[in-house]
Amino acid sequence: MTWKVKVWRYSIIGLVGFYLLMPLYSMLDFSTKPFAYFQKGRTLEAWKIIPSQPDLAISIFRSLVSAAIVMTLILILIVPTVVWVHLKLPKLKRIVELICLIPLAIPAIVIVVGIAPLYRWISINISESPITLSLVYSMLILPYTYRSLSAALDAADIHTLAEAARTLGASTFRMMAGVIMPTLRTGILNGSFIAIALVLGEFTISNLLNFKTFQVVIAQIGRTNGNVAVAVSLASILFVLLLLLLIPQKNRQKEVLDVDVA
Amino acid sequence: MSSAYVQLVDIAKHFGPVKALDGLTLDIAKGEFVALLGPSGCGKTTALRALAGLQELDRGRIIVDGKDITFTAPNKRNMGMVFQAYSLFPHMTARENVEYGLKLKAHKTSSDNRANRAGELLELVGLSSHANHYPHQMSGGQQQRIALARALAISPQVLLLDEPLSALDAKVRTQLREEIRRIQLELGTTTLFVTHDQEEALGIADRVGVMRNGLLEQIATPAELYDRPATSFVAEFVGLTNQIKVEVLNGSINAFGSNLDTLPGSIKSGSGVALIRPESLTVKKDNGGNGKVISTSFLGSICRVTVSLEDGSRISAQMESYDASNLTPGTHVKITADKVAVFVK
Repeated sequence: MTWKVKVWRYSIIGLVGFYLLMPLYSMLDFSTKPFAYFQKGRTLEAWKIIPSQPDLAISIFRSLVSAAIVMTLILILIVPTVVWVHLKLPKLKRIVELICLIPLAIPAIVIVVGIAPLYRWISINISESPITLSLVYSMLILPYTYRSLSAALDAADIHTLAEAARTLGASTFRMMAGVIMPTLRTGILNGSFIAIALVLGEFTISNLLNFKTFQVVIAQIGRTNGNVAVAVSLASILFVLLLLLLIPQKNRQKEVLDVDVA
Repeated sequence: MSSAYVQLVDIAKHFGPVKALDGLTLDIAKGEFVALLGPSGCGKTTALRALAGLQELDRGRIIVDGKDITFTAPNKRNMGMVFQAYSLFPHMTARENVEYGLKLKAHKTSSDNRANRAGELLELVGLSSHANHYPHQMSGGQQQRIALARALAISPQVLLLDEPLSALDAKVRTQLREEIRRIQLELGTTTLFVTHDQEEALGIADRVGVMRNGLLEQIATPAELYDRPATSFVAEFVGLTNQIKVEVLNGSINAFGSNLDTLPGSIKSGSGVALIRPESLTVKKDNGGNGKVISTSFLGSICRVTVSLEDGSRISAQMESYDASNLTPGTHVKITADKVAVFVK
């Protein structure tokens, strides 16, 4: 590699790094400033009072529970459906893809208007908990999970693998659990982590439906104390970032270990 | 045939207007290696998949060891199958792949037995040293060997091979072909092998069935299929043939100065086209001969000579390279035919 190529590469990496990290740095900068504008220096006051914020801990817990429910729904509902369509109903692939893309095309406000009566009914008859939002979230994440699952399915010859498992004596359930799911592991993980990020970051729908989720509580804190709101936001971004970094890190390790000897 | 171990009885399958199988009947004896050969779309793979239970039938019955399995699910059939595409489970090592079928029968095999059996099979296919390798760490040939070991691990009633060699390069293909035959003879597993490569089929099978339009044209030993084709399709599809215009009289023809008998199934009298193998023709240098050499192709110990006849038609003869050494393009030659029965259509 010539020095010119090296300089070019590092310049691009530096530029992208600057573009991505600058907002985070600004958030850190703002969250460590004193609350009163006339005071000088740095303080961790905003970070220290995070735990004492009302509703914050419970809203984080609820959002995490919602994310877990959404992940479960992905595993028991979306993955088998997508695999089944690929294996048995390939003609429906286009239609299913189109249906899965709809949440991306419809603005959140339109979705809220549409589902508000349904949630009124759910609040009265089932529960008022924000956890019930996981139902609408599992619809919102469809475009992302479908894409990552579909890409994983196209990359592996799932048809032949399924038939091989069947001829070796596997029932449909064992074929799905023992062969198809592990083969699609990366696709499922990618889809699930994107789903978690989306659930933890969702604001519009929960706010319009008057549910106190993590992002809604952050917005409320922001109205009374901007520094604390930014500190909480930065913490949540770093948490989600950590989650998203987990999958590629695992795969990278595996690839390094698997040296091709064939 | 009452001694048949596997019976496909009048099986039919249509895909829209296309008849993939049109009443195929096939019997395979226990321990026999049968190959199904035919052009693309002749129904050979559909027949194999029907036997595996991966293809539902419109009509017909499938009987294995006296038991009707026509409506039995594929996972209850006990068939070992090796696919054309690489089909090893990517998240399992070679050993885990081989053990997979045994694990599904966990109540019948203890984990020690399973490990022993997997070890035996990996040794049988010569890949004990690769037991802990993942599929992406192995070459195509190695992956297909593991797939073979995996299919054999469950001690299948029938081993089904769906063009398992077609994705491999020529040298590996020949090696693995011979290995498959060795293992099949060693274990005595009844085997159905589907291929479009006649060299493969003729090279390893006890009997070869030639299929066309969803039906068997002929099923016979490789030698019989080659020397005594029952139909003009078989004669043309298996091996090379020259098409020579002839007159049939009382069941024999005159070609290149020799009287040749016709095979059963040929036309009885009148004008026809005789299908003569290149190796049945001999070409000798002769200035007064009726042919002229157009080209020669050297194929190692043998040589193929293309000759133009007086009427403008061309024929191909195959002979020892040594005998063809004096035949250069433009040489006048005389052609004679060996006295073997030929098919006339």
